[in-house]
Amino acid sequence: MNYNWNWGILFQTASDGSGTYLTYLVVGLGWTLATALAAWVLALSVGAVVGTLRTTPTPWMGRFCYAYVEIFRNVPLIVQMFLWFFVLPELLPEALGSAMKQMPPPWGSYVPAVLCLGIYTSVRVAEQVRAGIQSLPRGQRMAGTALGLTLPQTYRHVILPMAVRIVLPPLTSEFLNVIKNSSVALTIGLMELTGRARSMQEFTFQVFEAFAAATVIYLLTNLVVVLGMRYLERRVRVPGLISASGDAQMAGH
Amino acid sequence: MFAGFDFDVIQRSVLYLFREGMTFTLTLTAMAMTGGIVFGTLLAMMRLSSYAILNVPAGAYVNLMRSLPLVLVIFWFYFLVPWIGGWIVGAGQPIQVGAFWSAVITFTMFEAAYYCEIMRAGIQSIARGQVWAGYALGLTYWQTMGKIVLPQAFRNMLPVLLTQTIILFQDTSLVYVISATDFLGAAVKVANRDYRLVEMYTFVAVVYFILSFTASYFVRWLQARFAVIR
Repeated sequence: MNYNWNWGILFQTASDGSGTYLTYLVVGLGWTLATALAAWVLALSVGAVVGTLRTTPTPWMGRFCYAYVEIFRNVPLIVQMFLWFFVLPELLPEALGSAMKQMPPPWGSYVPAVLCLGIYTSVRVAEQVRAGIQSLPRGQRMAGTALGLTLPQTYRHVILPMAVRIVLPPLTSEFLNVIKNSSVALTIGLMELTGRARSMQEFTFQVFEAFAAATVIYLLTNLVVVLGMRYLERRVRVPGLISASGDAQMAGH
Repeated sequence: MFAGFDFDVIQRSVLYLFREGMTFTLTLTAMAMTGGIVFGTLLAMMRLSSYAILNVPAGAYVNLMRSLPLVLVIFWFYFLVPWIGGWIVGAGQPIQVGAFWSAVITFTMFEAAYYCEIMRAGIQSIARGQVWAGYALGLTYWQTMGKIVLPQAFRNMLPVLLTQTIILFQDTSLVYVISATDFLGAAVKVANRDYRLVEMYTFVAVVYFILSFTASYFVRWLQARFAVIR
């Protein structure tokens, strides 16, 4: 029983003729990062708003945000991908729906993937932001009120500047999750890193070389992100707090 | 907007979806949870060991698994397991492993890394003096672990372990990429056969939502009910 190892395959011309298989995979990494970064921007903006609104004393706002969080947290990511890709264009008004369906590849997969991943991640960001805000001593909020600040002013000048610095470490692991989760977009046809490793395996039958190369690329990416975020965390750490370590969050991927 | 909905297709296929698909999903979840917690606990004990020969490989394994996308890991095991199986039984070629067993092995190995981190935190939450007390009474390492540390660690971490299991339950839908017939896979088959994608995918989302939401509600109740009062 011998597997025919052929690491040279990485330097042979890829099936789409664009270059070697190694470049083929690296372009895949580019798509992975492009998807993850765009989704991350969406997730941070929506998640920060939803998480903050959940801590405000307005009941209906809190309930609305609670429903939002529960809906997108309790449906598997791949099912959400299918909803954005297959179902949404059918439910939208005719013109918009067919515009979505007729987007040329790879944008036809990229746009739904970014929206799906962004909203999916925004829920986790919202929960981290909420936890960060609630971890602040309530005296800070009271002090804001005592100084005559309005609620928005209290948030703007007292609560949020602290909360942002507290939630940054747990957000690192969420960013790593976005990069990993973007691989689910291969199910709607986005040729990102895992998708390209898969198609390289189908064309060359060099299963283990293809997946090993993808694995190494993912590990290197992770390393770069972790080092970068560690630097950022050191810069924004709140002096005097026992720094929350990055592995505070245990469950999840 | 739901005017064109054909609810009949759901009624026609609901029995198949649950009998074939949901059975697959739940069996896979249960087996991967059991295997993952057992293997994960062993990994956690290895990671906390003071012997480098135990804690270095365990740490490397956990970090490797946690750095890779689940989809990639599913592909890895789907192709790797037949080769390893063939090597173990001494067959001259890769053996046939169905999608189900391949998925069971994948999810057990993958989730073990996550369960390991939960159990590690659980073990570390136990006061060190209890371990010393165990040794002082003449208990061995396994007795101390089995009778003193692990029961408390499990109890402390029960909500987190269950939350992770809900995540596992949702993640099993990714076996779609190896064409297994889990709940989603069954729905995809019906959807493509009858060309009813909108109805089927919406139905799948609703079912997953109800099950996961109920389960996480139960976990929160459990947490409030069984929390150790300190």
